[in-house]
Amino acid sequence: MAVKAEILSNQQVSKRYFHLKVKVPNKQLFPVQAGQFFHIKCSDDAKPLLRRPLSIFRINEEECTLEFLYLVKGVGTKALAQRKPPEMLDILGPLGKGFSLKEESENILVVARGVGIATLSALAFKAKSKNISCFAIISARAKEDYLVEAELKEAGVEAIFVNDEDGTSDPQRVKLLAEALIKEKRIDGIYTCGSRRLSVLMKQVACEHQLFAEIALEENMGCGIGSCYGCVCQIEEEERIRPVRICLEGPVFPLEKVVFA
Amino acid sequence: MSGLEVTLGNLHLKNPLMPASGTFAEQMTNYIDVNQIGAIIPKSITKHRRTGNPTPRICETKAGGMINSIGIQSEGLTYFKEKTVPFYASFSTPFIASVSAESMEEFAEVCEELGEMADVDAIELNISCPNLKNNGLAFGMDPSVTYELVTRVRNVTNKPLIPKLSPNVTSITEIARACEAAGADILTVSNTFLAMSIDVHSRKPKISNIMGGYSGPAILPLVVRMVYQVYQATSLPIIGCGGVMTGEDAIELMLAGASAVQIGTASFVDPEAMITIREEMEAYMKLHGIKEIEEIIGGVLVHQA
Repeated sequence: MAVKAEILSNQQVSKRYFHLKVKVPNKQLFPVQAGQFFHIKCSDDAKPLLRRPLSIFRINEEECTLEFLYLVKGVGTKALAQRKPPEMLDILGPLGKGFSLKEESENILVVARGVGIATLSALAFKAKSKNISCFAIISARAKEDYLVEAELKEAGVEAIFVNDEDGTSDPQRVKLLAEALIKEKRIDGIYTCGSRRLSVLMKQVACEHQLFAEIALEENMGCGIGSCYGCVCQIEEEERIRPVRICLEGPVFPLEKVVFA
Repeated sequence: MSGLEVTLGNLHLKNPLMPASGTFAEQMTNYIDVNQIGAIIPKSITKHRRTGNPTPRICETKAGGMINSIGIQSEGLTYFKEKTVPFYASFSTPFIASVSAESMEEFAEVCEELGEMADVDAIELNISCPNLKNNGLAFGMDPSVTYELVTRVRNVTNKPLIPKLSPNVTSITEIARACEAAGADILTVSNTFLAMSIDVHSRKPKISNIMGGYSGPAILPLVVRMVYQVYQATSLPIIGCGGVMTGEDAIELMLAGASAVQIGTASFVDPEAMITIREEMEAYMKLHGIKEIEEIIGGVLVHQA
């Protein structure tokens, strides 16, 4: 159900990214799982028309707060960036399926690109609560795009940052970094979001090392609840490739099943 | 409050509101009480399974609209008969199947099978999807093709037939008359407008299929015009479809001549939109002392002081 959430803060955290914190009226919409998303009406005006899907960055059920990290890109996120406390924000969710952490898991690796770190940070906090160690490779365009370093520290994540500007983020190098971590830290699960190129790479790495792996997918969405069939990806299952709705069956999928076009 | 009942041929609805095909799936039953809307129409189905178009399938446009090119992702007729129809049969709301096909034979074949199902109350013929053929060509763009198609379906079923007209034609009234002559019972006016949008920074079309169907509040005046024209040109009841976001928008289509109204894009913005719109229609009726909503159908006052 859509609820009106009070904006507690909505601040620019780097050149292109904003951090939004809202308070929801009650605990009804909890539990919220890392990997799930909310479909947000960016403005109370008629435009922008459609909601925008933002994956959850931080969840605090005790205080009834939710936090989001978003890239300001088009008309929707530009309108959202204009919103200020204590305005009320119309949010629909939580929607979709979140990440799964295996009971026996001890060490996980998250590989993020850009704002993909938002949803993976939520996973890192969940891992911490289960005493699972979390290691990260975080890729960005430039150093100024590194996000949430403080939060990752708080979540106890050991992170390696790479970027295009310094030439440290090319796939072959990231692959070597990942393989070194897998070996040294006894990684038993890989989670990725934010880059098609890195996802293809991690699919290969996970396959070679026979590791459990999940991906959170991003796509333009219409309704966010499965009505419009606007957001689909191709899933390979039982020797058949079929289109599935990301909002409904995802946005988190087993990495091995996702067919990259 | 009652007074919202409408009758379209043999179809009796408890209120004029129903989803536009392609905007309603089983998950919607988690958000609204389906017994509170006039009819159920799920996404168009085809005889065989279809995967639909590549993504991006949807984009928003500046002037209050969106373009979609889903390309009728469908599980096929067998799945529809075995799963979809029984799922909706548990509701008291009339069920309208929407059918799309690649040939007239296929239209007739699918409609004949659906016509034998007691739980199917009517069939909407999607002869106007802009996303199936190159450049948005559809069956419902030529009066003689439309006539032949509706005739062939009419010959295989007695269920109420509701051709969904294309707005992408020179004269929608000619197509409407062809449908009437071929024995259609009701008309849906209309499908989405063939449209295109380009990202000026990447210079790429915003949706992968290049063109798609335009919907949303921006098209309401175009649909009001078409409903008005079709209402003058035929005696068939009309289901207005396109751009309705509020109760007053729905009333506007009814004043132009619609007996019922489909809601599409509004449900994407708010899954409860159909319920809200119904309440707003009731408020309008109360404000103007209208006892039966049917009184206002075609009630636009033209050339009056």
